[in-house]
Amino acid sequence: MPDIIVCLKQIYDLSQIRADTSSGRPITEGVARKISDFDRNALEEALKIKEKHGGKVLALICGARDAAKEALAMGADEAIIYQSPEGIDYLGTTSILAGYIQKIKYELILCGEASIDEYSFQAGPRLAQALGIPVLTYARRIELKDNEIIVERELEDRYEVSKTRLPALVTVTKEINQPRVPTLLQILGASKKPITEINPIKPEVGIEILSIQAVEMKRKEIVIKDIDELVKVISGKG
Amino acid sequence: MILVFSEDNETALEILGKGREIADSLKTELGVISIGNGEDLISSGADKIYSIDIVPSSDNIVEIISNLNDQYKPEIILIGGTKLGKEVAPRIAQISDAGCATDCIDCSIEDGHLIVKRFVLGGRFLETIRFLRKPQIATLLPGKFEKKEDKTRKSEIIKIIYKPAEPKIQILEIKKKAPQELKIEEADIIVAVGRGLKKKEDIKLIESLADAIGGAVGCSRSIAADLKWLTEEHWVGLSGHKVKPRLYVAIGISGQVQHIAGIRDAKTIIAINDDPNAPIFKACDYGFVGDLYEIIPKLIEKLKKQI
Ligand SMILES: Cc1cc2nc3c(=O)[nH]c(=O)nc-3n(C[C@H](O)[C@H](O)[C@H](O)COP(=O)(O)OP(=O)(O)OC[C@H]3O[C@@H](n4cnc5c(N)ncnc54)[C@H](O)[C@@H]3O)c2cc1C
Ligand SMILES: Nc1ncnc2c1ncn2[C@@H]1O[C@H](COP(=O)(O)O)[C@@H](O)[C@H]1O
Repeated sequence: MPDIIVCLKQIYDLSQIRADTSSGRPITEGVARKISDFDRNALEEALKIKEKHGGKVLALICGARDAAKEALAMGADEAIIYQSPEGIDYLGTTSILAGYIQKIKYELILCGEASIDEYSFQAGPRLAQALGIPVLTYARRIELKDNEIIVERELEDRYEVSKTRLPALVTVTKEINQPRVPTLLQILGASKKPITEINPIKPEVGIEILSIQAVEMKRKEIVIKDIDELVKVISGKG
Repeated sequence: MILVFSEDNETALEILGKGREIADSLKTELGVISIGNGEDLISSGADKIYSIDIVPSSDNIVEIISNLNDQYKPEIILIGGTKLGKEVAPRIAQISDAGCATDCIDCSIEDGHLIVKRFVLGGRFLETIRFLRKPQIATLLPGKFEKKEDKTRKSEIIKIIYKPAEPKIQILEIKKKAPQELKIEEADIIVAVGRGLKKKEDIKLIESLADAIGGAVGCSRSIAADLKWLTEEHWVGLSGHKVKPRLYVAIGISGQVQHIAGIRDAKTIIAINDDPNAPIFKACDYGFVGDLYEIIPKLIEKLKKQI
Protein backbone atom coordinates (compact mmCIF):
# COMPACT_ATOMS: atom_id res chain seq x y z
CA MET A 1 0.00 0.00 0.00
CA PRO A 2 1.92 2.97 -1.27
CA ASP A 3 1.61 6.43 0.21
CA ILE A 4 1.64 8.96 -2.59
CA ILE A 5 2.49 12.64 -2.44
CA VAL A 6 1.23 14.85 -5.24
CA CYS A 7 2.78 18.31 -5.68
CA LEU A 8 0.37 20.90 -6.96
CA LYS A 9 0.47 24.58 -7.69
CA GLN A 10 -2.38 27.02 -7.93
CA ILE A 11 -1.96 29.42 -10.84
CA TYR A 12 -3.78 32.34 -12.42
CA ASP A 13 -6.11 31.52 -15.26
CA LEU A 14 -3.82 32.56 -18.09
CA SER A 15 -6.62 33.44 -20.48
CA GLN A 16 -7.75 36.17 -18.07
CA ILE A 17 -4.37 37.84 -17.59
CA ARG A 18 -4.07 41.18 -19.37
CA ALA A 19 -1.02 43.34 -19.88
CA ASP A 20 -0.89 46.84 -18.41
CA THR A 21 -0.98 49.14 -21.41
CA SER A 22 1.76 51.46 -20.17
CA SER A 23 4.16 49.18 -18.30
CA GLY A 24 3.50 45.93 -20.20
CA ARG A 25 3.39 44.07 -16.91
CA PRO A 26 0.83 41.31 -16.35
CA ILE A 27 -2.25 42.34 -14.39
CA THR A 28 -3.29 39.54 -12.06
CA GLU A 29 -5.67 41.50 -9.85
CA GLY A 30 -9.09 39.92 -9.80
CA VAL A 31 -7.96 37.02 -12.00
CA ALA A 32 -9.34 33.63 -10.95
CA ARG A 33 -6.91 30.96 -9.78
CA LYS A 34 -6.99 27.25 -10.51
CA ILE A 35 -4.85 24.16 -10.04
CA SER A 36 -2.29 23.97 -12.86
CA ASP A 37 -3.45 21.60 -15.61
CA PHE A 38 -0.83 18.84 -15.49
CA ASP A 39 -0.87 18.81 -11.68
CA ARG A 40 -4.49 17.76 -11.92
CA ASN A 41 -3.34 14.86 -14.13
CA ALA A 42 -0.77 13.96 -11.47
CA LEU A 43 -3.48 13.90 -8.79
CA GLU A 44 -5.81 11.85 -10.99
CA GLU A 45 -3.04 9.30 -11.54
CA ALA A 46 -2.36 9.10 -7.80
CA LEU A 47 -6.06 8.46 -7.16
CA LYS A 48 -6.12 5.72 -9.78
CA ILE A 49 -3.13 4.02 -8.15
CA LYS A 50 -4.80 4.33 -4.77
CA GLU A 51 -7.99 2.77 -6.10
CA LYS A 52 -5.99 -0.21 -7.33
CA HIS A 53 -3.36 -0.65 -4.65
CA GLY A 54 -4.62 1.21 -1.58
CA GLY A 55 -2.54 3.69 0.39
CA LYS A 56 -2.99 7.37 1.11
CA VAL A 57 -2.81 10.36 -1.20
CA LEU A 58 -1.41 13.56 0.23
CA ALA A 59 -1.71 16.78 -1.78
CA LEU A 60 1.12 19.24 -1.17
CA ILE A 61 -0.15 22.49 -2.57
CA CYS A 62 1.32 25.88 -3.21
CA GLY A 63 -1.87 27.88 -3.01
CA ALA A 64 -4.97 28.74 -1.04
CA ARG A 65 -7.67 26.71 0.71
CA ASP A 66 -9.94 26.52 -2.34
CA ALA A 67 -7.24 24.55 -4.17
CA ALA A 68 -6.95 22.20 -1.19
CA LYS A 69 -10.71 21.73 -1.13
CA GLU A 70 -10.72 20.86 -4.79
CA ALA A 71 -7.91 18.32 -4.39
CA LEU A 72 -9.72 16.75 -1.43
CA ALA A 73 -13.02 16.64 -3.34
CA MET A 74 -11.27 14.85 -6.18
CA GLY A 75 -10.20 12.21 -3.66
CA ALA A 76 -6.99 13.20 -1.88
CA ASP A 77 -6.99 12.13 1.79
CA GLU A 78 -5.14 15.08 3.17
CA ALA A 79 -3.90 18.46 1.97
CA ILE A 80 -0.99 20.62 3.01
CA ILE A 81 -1.05 24.21 1.77
CA TYR A 82 1.53 26.94 1.80
CA GLN A 83 2.07 30.35 0.22
CA SER A 84 5.18 30.89 -1.84
CA PRO A 85 7.42 33.54 -0.28
CA GLU A 86 7.97 36.58 -2.54
CA GLY A 87 10.93 36.37 -4.92
CA ILE A 88 11.36 32.62 -4.64
CA ASP A 89 12.91 30.43 -7.35
CA TYR A 90 13.16 26.67 -7.88
CA LEU A 91 16.13 26.28 -5.56
CA GLY A 92 13.96 27.83 -2.84
CA THR A 93 10.79 25.93 -3.75
CA THR A 94 12.69 22.66 -3.70
CA SER A 95 14.06 23.34 -0.25
CA ILE A 96 10.51 24.01 1.02
CA LEU A 97 9.04 20.90 -0.62
CA ALA A 98 11.95 18.60 0.26
CA GLY A 99 12.11 20.02 3.79
CA TYR A 100 8.52 18.98 4.35
CA ILE A 101 8.62 15.65 2.51
CA GLN A 102 11.79 14.47 4.27
CA LYS A 103 9.86 14.28 7.52
CA ILE A 104 7.08 12.03 6.26
CA LYS A 105 6.69 8.53 4.87
CA TYR A 106 6.05 8.05 1.16
CA GLU A 107 6.66 5.58 -1.65
CA LEU A 108 5.81 7.70 -4.65
CA ILE A 109 5.82 11.40 -5.53
CA LEU A 110 3.92 12.69 -8.55
CA CYS A 111 4.33 16.08 -10.21
CA GLY A 112 3.17 17.59 -13.46
CA GLU A 113 5.84 17.69 -16.17
CA ALA A 114 5.56 21.48 -16.02
CA SER A 115 3.40 24.17 -14.48
CA ILE A 116 1.32 26.06 -17.02
CA ASP A 117 2.38 29.55 -15.97
CA GLU A 118 6.13 29.08 -15.63
CA TYR A 119 6.50 26.03 -17.88
CA SER A 120 9.88 25.25 -16.39
CA PHE A 121 10.02 21.46 -16.07
CA GLN A 122 12.16 22.05 -12.99
CA ALA A 123 10.35 21.25 -9.75
CA GLY A 124 10.04 17.46 -10.27
CA PRO A 125 13.65 16.65 -11.23
CA ARG A 126 15.00 19.03 -8.58
CA LEU A 127 12.85 17.55 -5.83
CA ALA A 128 13.92 14.00 -6.71
CA GLN A 129 17.55 15.11 -6.68
CA ALA A 130 17.15 16.79 -3.30
CA LEU A 131 15.53 13.67 -1.86
CA GLY A 132 18.04 11.34 -3.50
CA ILE A 133 15.40 9.25 -5.27
CA PRO A 134 15.15 8.22 -8.95
CA VAL A 135 13.09 10.39 -11.28
CA LEU A 136 11.17 9.37 -14.39
CA THR A 137 9.90 12.31 -16.44
CA TYR A 138 7.22 12.78 -19.12
CA ALA A 139 5.12 9.77 -18.11
CA ARG A 140 2.12 8.83 -20.22
CA ARG A 141 1.50 5.53 -18.47
CA ILE A 142 2.30 4.32 -14.95
CA GLU A 143 2.09 0.83 -13.54
CA LEU A 144 2.96 -0.32 -10.03
CA LYS A 145 4.28 -3.80 -9.36
CA ASP A 146 5.31 -4.80 -5.84
CA ASN A 147 7.85 -2.18 -4.91
CA GLU A 148 8.70 -1.22 -8.45
CA ILE A 149 7.23 1.30 -10.83
CA ILE A 150 7.05 0.92 -14.60
CA VAL A 151 6.66 4.12 -16.57
CA GLU A 152 6.15 4.75 -20.25
CA ARG A 153 7.85 8.03 -21.04
CA GLU A 154 7.21 10.20 -24.06
CA LEU A 155 10.45 11.52 -25.57
CA GLU A 156 11.04 13.40 -28.84
CA ASP A 157 11.47 10.46 -31.19
CA ARG A 158 10.45 7.50 -29.08
CA TYR A 159 8.53 6.08 -26.16
CA GLU A 160 10.68 4.54 -23.48
CA VAL A 161 9.35 2.04 -20.99
CA SER A 162 11.49 2.22 -17.84
CA LYS A 163 11.48 0.59 -14.48
CA THR A 164 12.81 1.64 -11.10
CA ARG A 165 12.40 0.83 -7.42
CA LEU A 166 10.25 2.83 -5.06
CA PRO A 167 10.53 5.38 -3.60
CA ALA A 168 10.63 7.37 -6.82
CA LEU A 169 9.33 10.58 -8.36
CA VAL A 170 7.41 10.64 -11.64
CA THR A 171 6.36 13.68 -13.69
CA VAL A 172 3.27 13.21 -15.85
CA THR A 173 2.05 14.58 -19.19
CA LYS A 174 -1.43 15.82 -20.03
CA GLU A 175 -1.98 12.70 -22.13
CA ILE A 176 -1.75 10.27 -19.20
CA ASN A 177 -5.40 10.52 -18.14
CA GLN A 178 -8.54 12.63 -17.98
CA PRO A 179 -8.79 14.22 -14.52
CA ARG A 180 -12.11 13.57 -12.78
CA VAL A 181 -14.56 16.32 -11.91
CA PRO A 182 -15.79 15.89 -8.34
CA THR A 183 -19.50 15.44 -7.72
CA LEU A 184 -21.43 17.65 -5.33
CA LEU A 185 -21.50 14.80 -2.83
CA GLN A 186 -17.73 14.49 -3.00
CA ILE A 187 -17.34 18.23 -2.59
CA LEU A 188 -19.50 18.14 0.54
CA GLY A 189 -17.80 15.00 1.84
CA ALA A 190 -14.39 16.59 1.49
CA SER A 191 -15.15 19.28 4.05
CA LYS A 192 -14.26 16.85 6.83
CA LYS A 193 -10.82 16.01 5.43
CA PRO A 194 -7.82 17.70 7.01
CA ILE A 195 -6.13 20.77 5.54
CA THR A 196 -2.90 21.82 7.22
CA GLU A 197 -1.27 25.14 6.52
CA ILE A 198 2.48 25.50 6.77
CA ASN A 199 4.40 28.77 6.78
CA PRO A 200 7.84 28.32 5.29
CA ILE A 201 10.38 31.09 5.68
CA LYS A 202 12.06 32.40 2.55
CA PRO A 203 14.91 30.08 1.60
CA GLU A 204 18.05 30.96 -0.36
CA VAL A 205 17.52 31.53 -4.07
CA GLY A 206 19.75 31.20 -7.13
CA ILE A 207 18.13 33.67 -9.51
CA GLU A 208 16.11 36.86 -9.47
CA ILE A 209 13.43 37.95 -11.90
CA LEU A 210 14.24 41.40 -13.25
CA SER A 211 11.08 41.92 -15.25
CA ILE A 212 8.05 40.32 -16.87
CA GLN A 213 6.95 42.14 -19.99
CA ALA A 214 4.14 41.55 -22.49
CA VAL A 215 5.42 40.45 -25.87
CA GLU A 216 4.25 43.03 -28.35
CA MET A 217 2.37 41.50 -31.24
CA LYS A 218 1.80 44.07 -33.88
CA ARG A 219 -0.76 42.61 -36.23
CA LYS A 220 -2.89 44.54 -38.67
CA GLU A 221 -6.22 43.07 -37.51
CA ILE A 222 -7.95 43.93 -40.80
CA VAL A 223 -11.41 42.44 -41.20
CA ILE A 224 -12.11 41.14 -44.70
CA LYS A 225 -15.68 40.71 -45.82
CA ASP A 226 -15.28 39.91 -49.48
CA ILE A 227 -14.06 36.48 -50.52
CA ASP A 228 -12.14 37.86 -53.52
CA GLU A 229 -10.18 40.05 -51.09
CA LEU A 230 -9.40 36.90 -49.10
CA VAL A 231 -8.21 35.16 -52.27
CA LYS A 232 -5.91 38.11 -52.90
CA VAL A 233 -4.26 38.08 -49.49
CA ILE A 234 -3.96 34.29 -49.45
CA SER A 235 -2.32 34.18 -52.82
CA GLY A 236 0.01 36.99 -51.80
CA LYS A 237 -1.50 39.51 -54.22
CA GLY A 238 -3.21 41.60 -51.57
CA MET B 1 34.93 28.29 -18.32
CA ILE B 2 31.60 28.10 -20.12
CA LEU B 3 30.52 24.46 -20.32
CA VAL B 4 28.10 23.33 -23.03
CA PHE B 5 26.17 20.10 -23.45
CA SER B 6 23.54 18.71 -25.75
CA GLU B 7 23.08 15.09 -26.76
CA ASP B 8 21.73 16.47 -30.02
CA ASN B 9 24.63 17.51 -32.23
CA GLU B 10 22.79 20.28 -34.10
CA THR B 11 21.65 21.83 -30.83
CA ALA B 12 25.15 21.56 -29.37
CA LEU B 13 26.52 23.47 -32.38
CA GLU B 14 23.88 26.20 -31.99
CA ILE B 15 24.64 26.65 -28.31
CA LEU B 16 28.37 26.69 -28.98
CA GLY B 17 27.74 29.62 -31.34
CA LYS B 18 26.22 31.60 -28.47
CA GLY B 19 28.68 30.12 -25.96
CA ARG B 20 31.65 31.43 -27.97
CA GLU B 21 30.24 34.94 -27.86
CA ILE B 22 29.80 34.77 -24.10
CA ALA B 23 33.17 33.13 -23.51
CA ASP B 24 34.86 35.92 -25.51
CA SER B 25 33.07 38.66 -23.59
CA LEU B 26 34.11 37.05 -20.29
CA LYS B 27 37.58 36.20 -21.66
CA THR B 28 37.23 32.62 -20.63
CA GLU B 29 37.37 29.20 -22.24
CA LEU B 30 34.55 27.35 -23.97
CA GLY B 31 34.24 23.65 -23.22
CA VAL B 32 31.77 21.15 -24.62
CA ILE B 33 30.86 17.60 -23.71
CA SER B 34 30.64 15.35 -26.73
CA ILE B 35 28.96 11.97 -26.83
CA GLY B 36 31.39 10.11 -29.09
CA ASN B 37 34.88 10.96 -30.25
CA GLY B 38 34.30 14.72 -30.48
CA GLU B 39 35.39 15.04 -34.12
CA ASP B 40 32.07 16.53 -35.20
CA LEU B 41 32.50 19.47 -32.82
CA ILE B 42 36.04 20.27 -33.87
CA SER B 43 35.32 23.53 -35.73
CA SER B 44 32.43 24.62 -33.56
CA GLY B 45 34.23 27.33 -31.61
CA ALA B 46 35.01 25.19 -28.55
CA ASP B 47 38.44 25.31 -26.88
CA LYS B 48 38.05 21.99 -25.09
CA ILE B 49 36.02 18.99 -26.14
CA TYR B 50 35.36 16.47 -23.39
CA SER B 51 34.65 13.31 -25.29
CA ILE B 52 32.85 10.45 -23.69
CA ASP B 53 31.63 7.17 -25.03
CA ILE B 54 28.27 6.37 -23.44
CA VAL B 55 24.60 6.03 -24.20
CA PRO B 56 23.32 9.23 -22.61
CA SER B 57 20.76 8.92 -19.83
CA SER B 58 19.57 11.51 -17.38
CA ASP B 59 21.45 9.84 -14.51
CA ASN B 60 24.80 9.48 -16.25
CA ILE B 61 24.74 12.96 -17.80
CA VAL B 62 23.93 14.52 -14.43
CA GLU B 63 26.88 12.71 -12.90
CA ILE B 64 29.29 13.57 -15.71
CA ILE B 65 28.42 17.26 -15.76
CA SER B 66 28.52 17.45 -11.96
CA ASN B 67 31.97 15.88 -11.98
CA LEU B 68 33.18 18.39 -14.56
CA ASN B 69 31.58 21.15 -12.51
CA ASP B 70 33.52 20.04 -9.43
CA GLN B 71 36.73 19.81 -11.40
CA TYR B 72 36.63 22.97 -13.54
CA LYS B 73 34.14 25.19 -11.69
CA PRO B 74 32.56 26.66 -14.86
CA GLU B 75 30.87 30.01 -14.38
CA ILE B 76 28.10 29.09 -16.77
CA ILE B 77 26.65 25.76 -17.93
CA LEU B 78 24.53 25.95 -21.08
CA ILE B 79 22.47 22.91 -21.98
CA GLY B 80 20.35 22.17 -25.06
CA GLY B 81 16.67 22.40 -24.17
CA THR B 82 15.70 18.93 -25.34
CA LYS B 83 13.60 16.77 -23.03
CA LEU B 84 16.78 15.22 -21.63
CA GLY B 85 18.38 18.65 -21.30
CA LYS B 86 15.42 20.06 -19.38
CA GLU B 87 15.62 17.17 -16.95
CA VAL B 88 19.36 17.22 -16.31
CA ALA B 89 19.80 21.02 -16.00
CA PRO B 90 17.60 21.45 -12.88
CA ARG B 91 19.13 18.34 -11.32
CA ILE B 92 22.67 19.65 -11.77
CA ALA B 93 21.53 23.01 -10.41
CA GLN B 94 20.07 21.27 -7.36
CA ILE B 95 23.29 19.36 -6.71
CA SER B 96 25.34 22.52 -6.95
CA ASP B 97 22.90 24.71 -4.94
CA ALA B 98 22.36 26.92 -7.93
CA GLY B 99 19.68 28.65 -9.95
CA CYS B 100 18.50 27.41 -13.31
CA ALA B 101 16.31 28.72 -16.12
CA THR B 102 14.87 26.51 -18.86
CA ASP B 103 13.90 27.15 -22.50
CA CYS B 104 15.78 30.43 -22.74
CA ILE B 105 15.55 32.31 -26.02
CA ASP B 106 18.26 34.82 -25.30
CA CYS B 107 21.29 35.08 -23.06
CA SER B 108 23.85 37.78 -22.39
CA ILE B 109 26.25 39.04 -19.73
CA GLU B 110 25.70 42.16 -17.64
CA ASP B 111 28.15 43.12 -14.90
CA GLY B 112 29.51 39.61 -14.93
CA HIS B 113 26.08 38.04 -14.34
CA LEU B 114 24.31 35.81 -16.82
CA ILE B 115 21.01 37.34 -17.93
CA VAL B 116 18.48 35.18 -19.77
CA LYS B 117 15.03 35.65 -21.26
CA ARG B 118 12.25 33.09 -21.46
CA PHE B 119 8.53 33.03 -22.22
CA VAL B 120 6.07 32.68 -19.33
CA LEU B 121 2.29 32.89 -18.78
CA GLY B 122 1.37 30.91 -21.86
CA GLY B 123 3.97 32.60 -24.02
CA ARG B 124 2.45 36.07 -23.91
CA PHE B 125 5.05 37.52 -21.57
CA LEU B 126 8.81 37.55 -21.61
CA GLU B 127 10.64 37.12 -18.32
CA THR B 128 14.15 38.47 -17.77
CA ILE B 129 16.21 36.61 -15.19
CA ARG B 130 19.52 37.38 -13.53
CA PHE B 131 21.63 34.68 -11.92
CA LEU B 132 22.88 35.25 -8.41
CA ARG B 133 25.07 32.19 -7.86
CA LYS B 134 27.51 30.00 -9.71
CA PRO B 135 27.33 27.88 -11.71
CA GLN B 136 24.73 29.76 -13.71
CA ILE B 137 22.75 27.06 -15.45
CA ALA B 138 20.38 27.55 -18.37
CA THR B 139 18.85 25.41 -21.07
CA LEU B 140 18.56 27.13 -24.43
CA LEU B 141 15.70 26.54 -26.83
CA PRO B 142 16.79 24.40 -29.79
CA GLY B 143 16.58 26.10 -33.18
CA LYS B 144 16.89 29.59 -31.73
CA PHE B 145 20.62 30.25 -31.93
CA GLU B 146 22.99 30.36 -34.85
CA LYS B 147 25.82 27.93 -35.40
CA LYS B 148 29.15 29.60 -36.05
CA GLU B 149 31.84 27.61 -37.77
CA ASP B 150 35.35 28.42 -36.71
CA LYS B 151 37.97 26.49 -38.63
CA THR B 152 40.91 28.46 -37.25
CA ARG B 153 40.42 27.48 -33.63
CA LYS B 154 42.24 24.39 -32.45
CA SER B 155 39.99 22.45 -30.13
CA GLU B 156 41.69 20.10 -27.74
CA ILE B 157 39.94 16.77 -27.35
CA ILE B 158 40.08 15.33 -23.84
CA LYS B 159 38.84 11.79 -23.31
CA ILE B 160 36.77 11.36 -20.18
CA ILE B 161 36.91 8.07 -18.37
CA TYR B 162 33.60 7.39 -16.74
CA LYS B 163 32.67 4.28 -14.82
CA PRO B 164 28.90 4.26 -14.49
CA ALA B 165 27.43 3.03 -11.25
CA GLU B 166 24.79 0.31 -11.26
CA PRO B 167 21.87 2.09 -13.00
CA LYS B 168 18.86 2.83 -10.84
CA ILE B 169 16.62 2.97 -13.85
CA GLN B 170 16.30 0.08 -16.24
CA ILE B 171 14.96 0.57 -19.75
CA LEU B 172 12.61 -2.29 -20.64
CA GLU B 173 11.51 -1.24 -24.08
CA ILE B 174 12.00 1.50 -26.66
CA LYS B 175 9.23 2.17 -29.17
CA LYS B 176 10.40 4.42 -31.97
CA LYS B 177 7.91 6.98 -33.23
CA ALA B 178 7.36 7.05 -36.98
CA PRO B 179 10.07 9.21 -38.52
CA GLN B 180 9.11 12.84 -38.93
CA GLU B 181 8.83 13.62 -42.59
CA LEU B 182 7.38 17.07 -42.40
CA LYS B 183 9.56 19.84 -41.04
CA ILE B 184 6.83 22.35 -40.36
CA GLU B 185 9.35 24.79 -38.89
CA GLU B 186 10.78 25.21 -42.36
CA ALA B 187 7.49 25.65 -44.24
CA ASP B 188 7.04 28.92 -46.10
CA ILE B 189 3.24 28.70 -46.06
CA ILE B 190 1.15 26.86 -43.47
CA VAL B 191 -2.57 26.17 -43.59
CA ALA B 192 -3.53 25.21 -40.06
CA VAL B 193 -6.77 23.83 -38.74
CA GLY B 194 -8.37 23.54 -35.32
CA ARG B 195 -11.41 22.24 -33.52
CA GLY B 196 -13.65 24.08 -35.98
CA LEU B 197 -13.28 21.00 -38.15
CA LYS B 198 -16.12 18.57 -37.56
CA LYS B 199 -14.69 15.23 -38.62
CA LYS B 200 -11.43 13.60 -39.53
CA GLU B 201 -12.32 13.16 -43.20
CA ASP B 202 -12.55 16.94 -43.53
CA ILE B 203 -8.79 17.21 -43.15
CA LYS B 204 -8.87 16.57 -46.92
CA LEU B 205 -10.52 19.95 -47.39
CA ILE B 206 -7.65 21.63 -45.56
CA GLU B 207 -5.12 19.61 -47.53
CA SER B 208 -6.63 20.72 -50.83
CA LEU B 209 -6.42 24.35 -49.76
CA ALA B 210 -2.82 23.82 -48.68
CA ASP B 211 -2.10 22.20 -52.05
CA ALA B 212 -3.72 25.07 -53.91
CA ILE B 213 -1.31 27.59 -52.36
CA GLY B 214 1.69 25.29 -51.96
CA GLY B 215 1.57 25.15 -48.19
CA ALA B 216 2.04 22.58 -45.46
CA VAL B 217 -0.79 21.53 -43.15
CA GLY B 218 -0.57 22.55 -39.49
CA CYS B 219 -2.99 22.16 -36.60
CA SER B 220 -3.85 23.11 -33.04
CA ARG B 221 -3.18 20.91 -30.05
CA SER B 222 -6.76 19.62 -30.03
CA ILE B 223 -6.43 18.13 -33.50
CA ALA B 224 -3.06 16.44 -32.83
CA ALA B 225 -3.22 15.51 -29.15
CA ASP B 226 -6.89 15.00 -28.30
CA LEU B 227 -8.44 13.88 -31.57
CA LYS B 228 -5.25 12.52 -33.17
CA TRP B 229 -6.51 13.43 -36.63
CA LEU B 230 -3.04 14.61 -37.57
CA THR B 231 0.35 13.53 -36.24
CA GLU B 232 2.45 15.57 -33.83
CA GLU B 233 4.62 16.89 -36.63
CA HIS B 234 1.68 19.13 -37.64
CA TRP B 235 1.10 20.46 -34.11
CA VAL B 236 1.81 24.18 -33.76
CA GLY B 237 2.10 26.10 -30.51
CA LEU B 238 3.79 26.41 -27.17
CA SER B 239 4.03 22.66 -26.64
CA GLY B 240 4.09 21.90 -30.36
CA HIS B 241 6.26 23.36 -33.11
CA LYS B 242 7.22 27.01 -33.22
CA VAL B 243 6.88 28.08 -36.84
CA LYS B 244 7.99 31.09 -38.85
CA PRO B 245 6.26 30.95 -42.24
CA ARG B 246 5.72 33.86 -44.61
CA LEU B 247 2.00 33.08 -44.47
CA TYR B 248 0.00 31.32 -41.74
CA VAL B 249 -3.68 30.62 -42.37
CA ALA B 250 -5.54 29.65 -39.18
CA ILE B 251 -8.85 27.96 -39.89
CA GLY B 252 -11.32 27.11 -37.11
CA ILE B 253 -8.65 27.88 -34.51
CA SER B 254 -9.82 29.99 -31.58
CA GLY B 255 -6.38 31.52 -30.96
CA GLN B 256 -5.67 30.65 -27.33
CA VAL B 257 -2.38 32.04 -25.99
CA GLN B 258 -0.64 28.69 -26.26
CA HIS B 259 -1.40 28.42 -29.96
CA ILE B 260 -0.35 32.01 -30.66
CA ALA B 261 2.96 31.34 -28.87
CA GLY B 262 3.88 29.05 -31.76
CA ILE B 263 3.12 31.49 -34.58
CA ARG B 264 4.62 34.66 -33.21
CA ASP B 265 7.30 34.73 -35.89
CA ALA B 266 4.88 34.28 -38.79
CA LYS B 267 5.11 37.21 -41.19
CA THR B 268 1.41 37.35 -42.09
CA ILE B 269 -1.45 35.62 -40.29
CA ILE B 270 -4.88 35.12 -41.85
CA ALA B 271 -7.73 33.80 -39.72
CA ILE B 272 -11.00 32.19 -40.76
CA ASN B 273 -13.46 31.58 -37.95
CA ASP B 274 -17.23 31.69 -37.58
CA ASP B 275 -17.09 33.41 -34.20
CA PRO B 276 -16.41 37.14 -34.62
CA ASN B 277 -15.28 37.27 -30.98
CA ALA B 278 -12.66 34.53 -31.31
CA PRO B 279 -9.33 35.76 -29.85
CA ILE B 280 -7.57 34.84 -33.10
CA PHE B 281 -9.05 37.99 -34.67
CA LYS B 282 -6.95 40.06 -32.25
CA ALA B 283 -3.82 38.18 -33.26
CA CYS B 284 -4.07 38.16 -37.04
CA ASP B 285 -3.38 40.49 -39.94
CA TYR B 286 -6.45 39.57 -41.95
CA GLY B 287 -9.58 38.05 -40.48
CA PHE B 288 -12.58 36.58 -42.26
CA VAL B 289 -15.69 35.75 -40.26
CA GLY B 290 -17.58 32.76 -41.61
CA ASP B 291 -18.16 29.04 -41.75
CA LEU B 292 -15.07 27.25 -43.00
CA TYR B 293 -17.24 24.66 -44.78
CA GLU B 294 -18.68 27.43 -46.95
CA ILE B 295 -15.53 29.43 -47.44
CA ILE B 296 -12.81 26.86 -48.08
CA PRO B 297 -14.43 25.20 -51.13
CA LYS B 298 -15.04 28.63 -52.67
CA LEU B 299 -11.48 29.66 -51.92
CA ILE B 300 -10.04 26.54 -53.50
CA GLU B 301 -12.15 27.03 -56.61
CA LYS B 302 -11.14 30.67 -56.99
CA LEU B 303 -7.48 29.97 -56.30
CA LYS B 304 -7.43 27.22 -58.91
CA LYS B 305 -8.95 29.56 -61.51
CA GLN B 306 -6.23 32.10 -60.83
CA ILE B 307 -3.45 29.76 -61.80
C1 LIG C 1 0.41 24.00 -21.21
C2 LIG C 1 -0.45 24.06 -22.40
C3 LIG C 1 0.15 23.97 -23.62
C4 LIG C 1 -0.61 24.06 -24.78
N1 LIG C 1 0.03 24.00 -25.96
C5 LIG C 1 -0.69 24.16 -27.09
C6 LIG C 1 -0.05 24.15 -28.37
O1 LIG C 1 1.16 23.95 -28.48
N2 LIG C 1 -0.81 24.35 -29.47
C7 LIG C 1 -2.17 24.57 -29.39
O2 LIG C 1 -2.78 24.76 -30.45
N3 LIG C 1 -2.79 24.55 -28.21
C8 LIG C 1 -2.10 24.35 -27.05
N4 LIG C 1 -2.76 24.32 -25.87
C9 LIG C 1 -4.23 24.30 -25.87
C10 LIG C 1 -4.87 25.67 -26.07
O3 LIG C 1 -5.02 26.28 -24.80
C11 LIG C 1 -6.26 25.52 -26.70
O4 LIG C 1 -7.04 24.64 -25.92
C12 LIG C 1 -6.21 25.00 -28.13
O5 LIG C 1 -5.29 25.73 -28.90
C13 LIG C 1 -7.58 25.09 -28.74
O6 LIG C 1 -7.57 24.49 -30.02
P1 LIG C 1 -8.57 24.97 -31.14
O7 LIG C 1 -8.39 26.41 -31.41
O8 LIG C 1 -8.38 24.03 -32.28
O9 LIG C 1 -10.00 24.65 -30.51
P2 LIG C 1 -11.11 25.59 -29.91
O10 LIG C 1 -10.58 26.49 -28.89
O11 LIG C 1 -12.25 24.71 -29.57
O12 LIG C 1 -11.52 26.52 -31.14
C14 LIG C 1 -12.25 26.10 -32.24
C15 LIG C 1 -12.60 27.34 -33.03
O13 LIG C 1 -13.23 26.96 -34.24
C16 LIG C 1 -14.28 27.84 -34.51
N5 LIG C 1 -15.23 27.15 -35.38
C17 LIG C 1 -16.12 26.18 -35.04
N6 LIG C 1 -16.81 25.77 -36.11
C18 LIG C 1 -16.35 26.50 -37.16
C19 LIG C 1 -16.67 26.54 -38.54
N7 LIG C 1 -17.58 25.74 -39.06
N8 LIG C 1 -16.03 27.42 -39.31
C20 LIG C 1 -15.08 28.25 -38.79
N9 LIG C 1 -14.73 28.25 -37.51
C21 LIG C 1 -15.36 27.37 -36.70
C22 LIG C 1 -14.82 28.24 -33.17
O14 LIG C 1 -15.45 29.50 -33.23
C23 LIG C 1 -13.57 28.27 -32.31
O15 LIG C 1 -13.02 29.57 -32.26
C24 LIG C 1 -2.02 24.21 -24.70
C25 LIG C 1 -2.63 24.29 -23.47
C26 LIG C 1 -1.87 24.22 -22.32
C27 LIG C 1 -2.56 24.31 -21.01
N1 LIG D 1 5.58 25.83 -5.72
C1 LIG D 1 5.22 24.55 -5.94
N2 LIG D 1 4.66 23.80 -4.97
C2 LIG D 1 4.28 22.53 -5.20
N3 LIG D 1 4.47 21.90 -6.37
C3 LIG D 1 5.02 22.59 -7.38
C4 LIG D 1 5.42 23.95 -7.23
N4 LIG D 1 5.94 24.37 -8.39
C5 LIG D 1 5.86 23.34 -9.24
N5 LIG D 1 5.31 22.26 -8.65
C6 LIG D 1 5.12 20.91 -9.24
O1 LIG D 1 6.15 20.71 -10.19
C7 LIG D 1 5.63 20.57 -11.49
C8 LIG D 1 6.53 21.25 -12.50
O2 LIG D 1 6.46 22.63 -12.35
P1 LIG D 1 7.47 23.67 -13.01
O3 LIG D 1 8.83 23.23 -12.64
O4 LIG D 1 7.06 24.98 -12.39
O5 LIG D 1 7.23 23.65 -14.49
C9 LIG D 1 4.21 21.11 -11.41
O6 LIG D 1 3.41 20.48 -12.38
C10 LIG D 1 3.82 20.75 -9.99
O7 LIG D 1 3.44 19.38 -9.91
